[in-house]
Amino acid sequence: MQVYLPIAEMSVNALLVLGMGWLVGFLSGMFGVGGGFLMTPLLIFIGVPPAIAVGTQANQLVAASVSGVLAHWRRGNVDVKLGVVMLGGGVVGTAVGVWVFGILQRLGQIDIAITLSYVFFLGTIGGMMLVESSRAILRRRAPTARRGKLHRHIWLHGLPFKMRFQRSKLYISALLPAGIGAVGGMLVAIMGIGGGFLLVPAMIYLLNMPAGLVAGTSLFQIIFTTAAATLLQAATNQTVDAMLALLLLIGGVIGAQFGTRAGTRLRGETARMALSMIVVAVALKLAWDLFSRPDDLYTLTMGLR
Amino acid sequence: MAAGMTERRSIKRRPIKRRLVQAAAALAGLLLGGTVAATVWAQQLVADLSSHLIAITTGFTGTEVVLFGTTDGAGDVAIVVTGPRSPATVRRKQRVAGMWMNTDSLRFDQVPSFYTVAVSRPLDQLVGRPVLERHQLGLPQLQLPADSTLPPEELAAYRSALIRNKQRQGLYAISMGQVAFLGERLFRTNIYFPANVPTGLYNVEALLIRDGEVVSAQTTPLVVSKIGFSAEVSDFARNRPVIYGVAAVLGAIAAGWAAGAAFRRV
Repeated sequence: MQVYLPIAEMSVNALLVLGMGWLVGFLSGMFGVGGGFLMTPLLIFIGVPPAIAVGTQANQLVAASVSGVLAHWRRGNVDVKLGVVMLGGGVVGTAVGVWVFGILQRLGQIDIAITLSYVFFLGTIGGMMLVESSRAILRRRAPTARRGKLHRHIWLHGLPFKMRFQRSKLYISALLPAGIGAVGGMLVAIMGIGGGFLLVPAMIYLLNMPAGLVAGTSLFQIIFTTAAATLLQAATNQTVDAMLALLLLIGGVIGAQFGTRAGTRLRGETARMALSMIVVAVALKLAWDLFSRPDDLYTLTMGLR
Repeated sequence: MAAGMTERRSIKRRPIKRRLVQAAAALAGLLLGGTVAATVWAQQLVADLSSHLIAITTGFTGTEVVLFGTTDGAGDVAIVVTGPRSPATVRRKQRVAGMWMNTDSLRFDQVPSFYTVAVSRPLDQLVGRPVLERHQLGLPQLQLPADSTLPPEELAAYRSALIRNKQRQGLYAISMGQVAFLGERLFRTNIYFPANVPTGLYNVEALLIRDGEVVSAQTTPLVVSKIGFSAEVSDFARNRPVIYGVAAVLGAIAAGWAAGAAFRRV
């Protein structure tokens, strides 16, 4: 079934787009990541212009995150206080990100900057998670191994402005979650993604948050950053395709429900291992595209840009 | 007081009146010229389209328009379909530190969004190069002006890259279409427009060729436009971008909430 996308000005197979939305929604619900890092390459792959892919999937991420947060909320897995502190940092980060984006655009190298940051962030974080989760799985198989300390104190825990987060049973500096939120906000502006793949491991490893609260809290924060990104994209670039977003979010919200259920049955380290493998695979694919010779060295852009 | 106001109003009105008169004169001249041209050529070549509007609805997957017409005797017919012109940029990638990145670009000023030609016989058998160039018959003759000081071979590489990219998108025809004659005078051809056809005002030109010369020509407009839901969405997005953004966010929140609520009951 073909459907015409009014903003992208092209015709796509509705079932294919619904399926893509479902798949990304499933992963989003399972791991608590927005899935934007997967959706952008997928949309570009089926021929959607990159700018419209970025703007539209920000819109669909709003729906996927709301639906995901509701499921986590009912299980009491959202730390609102921590989420709000992260969001405060996220606002600052988004503003900085927009400024950096403008500089790169003037230099005429925004495309390669986006791809390089995808390769760098996805590669580093995916690789680190892969190593950590496989170690954790190995430890589980060898129960005689000595258990590590419950809390390790590093310099990050000595920062000022300490705050108590009862839900997460944490007493940490507010600068820590705000800083994580700021980096996430920058990624929203520059890479057009929710930033969950960065927030989730940061919350696990830097904040030592209880694993059960991580997905819900990161999704809670992502609702607001993606809503802001949608507004900005629609108002300045007119790159939000409502028809495409509708198809993606129908698939996405259903997928997210299944994903959340599947996620509760997964062990933490197994889930992290699966997510890290997907992240590394996307990074390798993008790196391959960057270094291999393109079919046509010339590209065409209609219009003034 | 009242007289003063009338006077002031008439002063204000005078330039408008003059402009109106000028416009009317220009329009009359245009119509007259058009009519004269039409009456001269109407005897030799008449052509029309099965539809003057291509409506892009939500289910649009591309469409075909039939061009048909008649000539006043033996001759060959060529059809040139040109989409609205706009600027376009061609970028070239080069290897930098192992990565392929955009290093150079060239801006073309007047690139037709769509271009296709149909002929009743291969063009090289019909007319010479000057005629081909004058009527922009065929891709090699398509005028693509670019403001640059590049050497000719570089310019040619950019030009052929532009055409290649357009052909890959299905917007420039790879080969010429066929104009079929039914008897000696009646002709027809099918013009195909793909699903990604750009919107705007198209120009369909029918040329009658005899003894190596274009002896008659007729231009017919064709409008490609979004209709219905897709038109409303794109108008909304263009004219009220902020409200559109707010609506998109609210819609997404509602959809996410509805799905969450629906799944709770299951």
